[in-house]
Amino acid sequence: MPSDQTIAVDVRDAVKRYGDFTALKTISLSIRDNEFFTLLGPSGCGKTTLLRMIAGFEDVTEGEIFLFGEEIENLPPHKRSVNTVFQNYALFPHMTVLENVSFGLEMLGNSKTEAQKRAGEVLEMVQLSQFSKRKPSQLSGGQQQRVALARALAPKPKVLLLDEPLSALDLKLRKAMQVELKHLQRETGITFIFVTHDQEEALTMSDRVAVMSAGELQQMGDARDIYERPRNVFVADFIGETNLLDVTVADVSDGRAVCQLPSGDSVSSDAVDGVNAGAKVHLSLRPERLYLSERPLEADHIKATVRETIFIGTDTSTVLDLPGGSEFTVRASNSSRGNKRVFDPGTEVIVNLEQGAGRLLID
Amino acid sequence: MAGGAASGGLPRSDTYAGSRNWLLLPTWVTLGLLTVAPLTIMLIYSFLTKEFRGGVIWEPTFAAYDQFFFDRGLFGDDPPTIEWTYIAIFWRSIWQAGAATLLSLAIGFPTAYFIATRPANQRMLWVFLVTIPYWVNLLIRTVSMRFLLRDNGPLNDFLIGIGLITEPLGIMNTNFAVQVGLFYSYLPFMVLPIYAAVERYNFALSEAAADLYATRWVILRRVVIPAVKPGIIAGCILVFVPSLGSFLAPDLLGGAKNFMIGSLIEEQFKGNAGNWPFGAAASMILLTMVLIILIASARSSKEAAS
Repeated sequence: MPSDQTIAVDVRDAVKRYGDFTALKTISLSIRDNEFFTLLGPSGCGKTTLLRMIAGFEDVTEGEIFLFGEEIENLPPHKRSVNTVFQNYALFPHMTVLENVSFGLEMLGNSKTEAQKRAGEVLEMVQLSQFSKRKPSQLSGGQQQRVALARALAPKPKVLLLDEPLSALDLKLRKAMQVELKHLQRETGITFIFVTHDQEEALTMSDRVAVMSAGELQQMGDARDIYERPRNVFVADFIGETNLLDVTVADVSDGRAVCQLPSGDSVSSDAVDGVNAGAKVHLSLRPERLYLSERPLEADHIKATVRETIFIGTDTSTVLDLPGGSEFTVRASNSSRGNKRVFDPGTEVIVNLEQGAGRLLID
Repeated sequence: MAGGAASGGLPRSDTYAGSRNWLLLPTWVTLGLLTVAPLTIMLIYSFLTKEFRGGVIWEPTFAAYDQFFFDRGLFGDDPPTIEWTYIAIFWRSIWQAGAATLLSLAIGFPTAYFIATRPANQRMLWVFLVTIPYWVNLLIRTVSMRFLLRDNGPLNDFLIGIGLITEPLGIMNTNFAVQVGLFYSYLPFMVLPIYAAVERYNFALSEAAADLYATRWVILRRVVIPAVKPGIIAGCILVFVPSLGSFLAPDLLGGAKNFMIGSLIEEQFKGNAGNWPFGAAASMILLTMVLIILIASARSSKEAAS
């Protein structure tokens, strides 16, 4: 993260309503200059609406949006120095690749030759120079994606908005593009606001992530923060895989909370503000922070019965039943250094919690 | 040998090919009886000698085409000079049809765009509304236009009433009256193909252009119109071609001065005064012109599509 903390986009109490339906409920967030910022959430959470409000395609029902200190929420899209990479690229089909990329530059008042020269440079940056005379329909999906990227980057916007740009690509290409996007962001120094529903993509690429659900901001922070310290059940469940257990807090002391499971076992975790003895809360346990053994190896452990073992390439996943009736997953790396233990279905085993594996959540 | 290898499968494919030919029969009959045969008759008649009370004498001649293009004096023995009368009529027809097409485009494009941008469940209603006037016979609609446009008709009354003009405009029996008549006759043929094209248009392209600093006008000119160009070309052909050969609007609204090709051809087949070979020749010349226009526009929409 840059030491320079200039705010690129500042969204203040933005609300979006369509008639009776509220798509965004009072969102405030500040996106820093030179940051790779991701809006993450399931479809319909309002992330694309927020992006389109910044771009100017949707008007803001209430609140303000600032772009480097300038209030922009009432400006039409063509007066905002942000550019968008659209989900299905929206390349102009009747123009060549070069014409597509130089379009924005021409609109900004550059002469045609000047615009095409600069467009050629940007095409070189995304390694598409040899395709500049083709029409978009003559390119593959991945190439079209890069043209869309070049077109949006060519006018040197203050902020680049990316609306699920990788969702139409296959897995391999998507992974490659993730790396390329990250490089481009570093190279150009332009602030990227990236919208996705893919949590892995968000964690891989972003400096910071804002998790959204049902028109509300759930949590904002860097990848590790959001993964390891989810603030609520939604975030814990949406980001990565997790085991959520309903527990009762038996005791809180010295910053530790002792939690009673329905099965009768009790485990401890870091205490959370506002959670006192007797509270009914959720305990989130990441599958990779747990390991199985015949006898207890950690102070915090749970008894369970193996239901099945699933081989998933890099890892082995073991599904277990807890005495209270809930299902539970433990993940172990298949490397020889990992805690690889395979048990037969029906075996009674001990689930050991690594230090700090449990996280208490209030709904 | 290739033929020997293929012969095993032949009986079956023969049966298929046979039944396919039979199924195509209605198409061939329709094309043959309704298109090829009449055109052939016209082509042949245009090279025959005229009978004075209508009809033809079976003696081949170029007289009809000669009459169209050349003036050989009252007795037909002067050295030939170019005959401008009919060329002028053709030229006026092209001009009138062109003006009517531009008028239709000017009104039809915004209409089509408006319809295509309504919510999906309302669009068919708007299309339906556009077509309602066309349930009434063309002749009746054109005659009604006379009543609307005449000096003491509703249009002039209204304009005088609101004080915009003091004297009637005298629209009747002018080129403009003919253009308005043609425009009104064929407007849906402009609206419907453009509507179909705009409905398929990806509006994200307009957003992308706005995002890249284009104003509304530039978006329309450089993104929307090129994308819906095939629809615009189709609409223009569908208005221009029937306007070119139309005789109702020029006859009823244009008066004797504003004669068009359609009327010229109509005259040649009416009553005893006609000249069938000349009418046929004028029709063939008209058809040739239309074909040239169609081929040219097919080329340019192919360019637009690629």
